[in-house]
Amino acid sequence: MLASLGLILLCQLIGEAVVRGLGLPLPGPVLGLLLLLVLLLARDRFALLARGPLGNAGVETASKGLLAHLSLLFVPAGVGVVQKLDLLASHGIAIVLVLALSVIVTLLATVLTFRLVSRLLRHGDAR
Amino acid sequence: MKDNPFSLWVYLSQSPLLWLTVTLLVYATTDAVSLATRRHPLANPVLHAMWIIGAFLLLTGTSYTSYFAGAQFVHFLLGPATVALAVPLYENRKRVVASIVPMLVALLAGSVTAVVSVVLLAELAGLPREVVLSLAPKSVTAGVAMGIAESLHADPSLAAVAVILTGIMGAIIVTPLMNRTGVTDYRARGFAAGLAAHGIGTARAFQVDEIAGVFSGIAMSLNALVTSFLVPLAVTLLVR
Repeated sequence: MLASLGLILLCQLIGEAVVRGLGLPLPGPVLGLLLLLVLLLARDRFALLARGPLGNAGVETASKGLLAHLSLLFVPAGVGVVQKLDLLASHGIAIVLVLALSVIVTLLATVLTFRLVSRLLRHGDAR
Repeated sequence: MKDNPFSLWVYLSQSPLLWLTVTLLVYATTDAVSLATRRHPLANPVLHAMWIIGAFLLLTGTSYTSYFAGAQFVHFLLGPATVALAVPLYENRKRVVASIVPMLVALLAGSVTAVVSVVLLAELAGLPREVVLSLAPKSVTAGVAMGIAESLHADPSLAAVAVILTGIMGAIIVTPLMNRTGVTDYRARGFAAGLAAHGIGTARAFQVDEIAGVFSGIAMSLNALVTSFLVPLAVTLLVR
C-alpha cells in the first residue's frame, strides 16, 4: 500500500518536474498519468517489472481507493465560494446561468459528436 | 481554559485538525445521504458539503485561509487522483483504443464548444472583462483552470469557483439530459461528462457506470491539454 502510494506520488513528481523544466503547457499530474500508464503496459511486456507496487495489483488497489472518493477532493476548493460572496451578490445569477447553459451545450455537443462519429465508422465497416 | 471558554476554540480553529475533521465528516454525511437516495443527482455530495461547510465558516467568522490550512491535505490529493486515473484507463485499454476516433473528434468539438459558448454567453450577459476571462477555462479541472486564469491575468480563485460550479451543475444535469437525448452508449455519455464537468463529472460517471467513468476520466485529462491551448486563442479572438 505504502509503496503503491509512493509510486503514484513519484509519477506525479516526475510529471511536475518535466513540465516545469521544459515549460510544457500541460498539467504535471496528466503527464504523471501517462507515465503510470506506460509503466503498467511495460509490466505486461517485461516480467521483471512485476514486483513491488507493480506486482499483485498493488498500485491498482491504491488507485481505486483514491478514485473511490474523487468527489471529496473538490470540497476544499468549492468552499472557496465564501470568498466570492460579494461578486456573487452582484453578478451571481448571470454567472450561474452562463455556466449552466454552457455546460448543457457542451454536454450535448460532445455526446452527439461521439455518437455520430462512431455510427459513421460502424457504417463504414459494414460496407 | 477556565479563564476563557473561547481559548479552546481559538486554539482548535487555528489548527489544521479541526477543519480537516469537519471536511471529512461533513462529506461523509452528504455522501451517505447521496447513497441513501440511490445517488440522486440533486443529492450531489460536493454541493451539499460546500454550502454546509461554507455556512459554518461564515457563522464562526473563520477565514477561508485558516479553513484551507486544514483542508489543503484533501485538496492536495487531486494531483495523485489524476495520476490514479491511469489504472481504469489501463484496465479498459482495449475498449478505449477501439473508440479512439470518435473520442478525438468529440474532444475537439466539445472543448471548442465549452470555451466559445462560455465566452460568448458571458459577453452577452454583460459581465466584466475580468469575470469573462476567469470563467473561460471552467470545464477543466481546478488546478489547470487556475493556471490558465493566472496566465491571462484573470482571477484564479474565481476560476476555481467557476470550475466547481460547472462541475456540480454538469454532474446534476448529465443523467436527466442524456436520458432525454436517448443516447445509451455509456462511452459517449461518460466522455461528455468528463469533458464538460471534469473531475466532479467523472466522480458522477463512476457512480453511474464503470465504463462511463473510464471515458469520463480520459475526457477530463485530454480536455485539460486542449483547453490550455484553446483558451488563450479564444480570448484573443472573442473578448473585446
